[in-house]
Amino acid sequence: MSHVLAREGEERPLLRVGLRSQKSGTGVDEEGHGVKFRLQGLCLYYGKDKILEDIDLDILEHRITAVIGPSGCGKSSFLRCLNRMNDLVEGCRVEGRALLDGADIYHRDYDVTSLRRKVGMVFQKPNPFPKTVYENVAFGPRLYGIRDRDILDGIVEMSLRRAALWEEVRDKLRQPALALSGGQQQRLCIARVLAVEPEVVLLDEPCSALDPIATQRIEDLLAELKESYTIVIVTHNMQQAARVSDYTAFFMIKGQGDPGRLVEYGETGMIFTNPADERTERYITGRFG
Amino acid sequence: MAPIGKEWLVRKALLVMALVMVFGLALVIFFIAKESLPAFTEAGPANLFGSTWDPGSGRYGMLVFLTGTVTTTAGGLLLGTPLALGLALFLTQMAPRRSRPLFGRVVELLAGVPSIVLGWLGFTILVPWIRKVGGGSGSGILAASIILAVMALPTIAAISRDAIEAVPDSYLQAAYSMGATRWQTIRRVLLPAARPGILAAVILGAGRAIGETMAVAMVIGPASVFPTSLTSPTHTLTTKILVEMGESTGVQRSSLFAMSLVLLLLAMAMVLLVRRVSGSRMPEGSVHA
Repeated sequence: MSHVLAREGEERPLLRVGLRSQKSGTGVDEEGHGVKFRLQGLCLYYGKDKILEDIDLDILEHRITAVIGPSGCGKSSFLRCLNRMNDLVEGCRVEGRALLDGADIYHRDYDVTSLRRKVGMVFQKPNPFPKTVYENVAFGPRLYGIRDRDILDGIVEMSLRRAALWEEVRDKLRQPALALSGGQQQRLCIARVLAVEPEVVLLDEPCSALDPIATQRIEDLLAELKESYTIVIVTHNMQQAARVSDYTAFFMIKGQGDPGRLVEYGETGMIFTNPADERTERYITGRFG
Repeated sequence: MAPIGKEWLVRKALLVMALVMVFGLALVIFFIAKESLPAFTEAGPANLFGSTWDPGSGRYGMLVFLTGTVTTTAGGLLLGTPLALGLALFLTQMAPRRSRPLFGRVVELLAGVPSIVLGWLGFTILVPWIRKVGGGSGSGILAASIILAVMALPTIAAISRDAIEAVPDSYLQAAYSMGATRWQTIRRVLLPAARPGILAAVILGAGRAIGETMAVAMVIGPASVFPTSLTSPTHTLTTKILVEMGESTGVQRSSLFAMSLVLLLLAMAMVLLVRRVSGSRMPEGSVHA
């Protein structure tokens, strides 16, 4: 428990990510991974409903952070705060600060399209466009004005390779993406995100619609991807969180209609073997509601 | 046994009604074909599809009228489709959620405006205005196209709106999460995905424009000659039938039936085309695990 770092105030979650510097945006953990996202007192509202309350959390670079918690605890909404996809929800409002590399992404001058280019997202259900495999991956680069055929070809191949899909689809690039299997579609969606060279990849229960083998492939892929990207994954599969992540954040709501709060956050090994909060322990051991 | 007897009666009654409808349609086609037979046998196809209409000297050419129908319909679609698409996009993407039903209702009301009302407005306001601004007689292809655009607009807008609304939200989410702007999302994802439905909407609009008579008759001229400009008087198939119907006998009368037959075939071709177009639709949201 050498790097337990509790913050002042009883209601604050226990932070067990060891950070040398809590104040600046350049803190690093013991292995030298810097802070990518720093959330300070983040609150999220949909209209009058408070969805998230007072989230303080540092997400570290080149690490996989898992977000777990019971249904309705706001973990997906939390993920969508990080690339401002909540902006699309009418009546959505955010308080507090969300710093990406030290810059507040909710600041008036922060360009949301450049944010989403840096922070890619993979959704719960595979959602490739009804276009060809090639056009799905080329979508992002085309969006940013790349027209040169050779460059696009290169990006498509590289992205598909990174998403561990190239060998399976190299002869099917001109076929409709919707003809692929569910697992392939999901890896295609990952390739589509990687094609714009993001810095962070958010995954919202990416395996919940997949069979165990397809899930395994995605999990293997995530382990490779963290070398180059910062990864945040929402999952309700606790084994998955334990298997793939370096850090785990546990969210919970007190009762129906209450906002989601961060209960505990720390190294995944600690959270799953020796949680500090009784509620975390009850949840991960399955003795929950 | 009483309920079964009643059931049997209802089923047979419905069957009879369905048969009456099929039989009725067959009768319509048969009767029109039969009545137009003398025109084909006595005047001959070359005469019928020639460009001179002069019953006094035995010339029954409908090419002028066919040209009028095709050009006014095309003109109406050319003017109406962009407007209708813009309207459908506004209704689905831009209009504040609460006011959408209101705008939708306005479109439906526009569809309910009797064609004679539009024709009257065209005759009293549009034609004099075109005459003043553009010269010529004022009536003709341009005026008819504008009136047809207004008439086809609600049809195209309403069906396009349905097609756009049927595009799975997950496609749009994917595009936005890649950093696409609203316009990029509309142009690169929404419209391509809705294309079959929009095409069907345009074809249905064409079907409406082809058959429209009264409003066109009030602004088309009339004259049984090829138009020399967009603002010179001419005729369409429908308007020619309208003005000739009371005072024609023999082969002349039969040639009007031949025109009806052409109209009927055109309209039916549109209906069949719609089936083809919407039948080839991409499997929408056919995401499977």
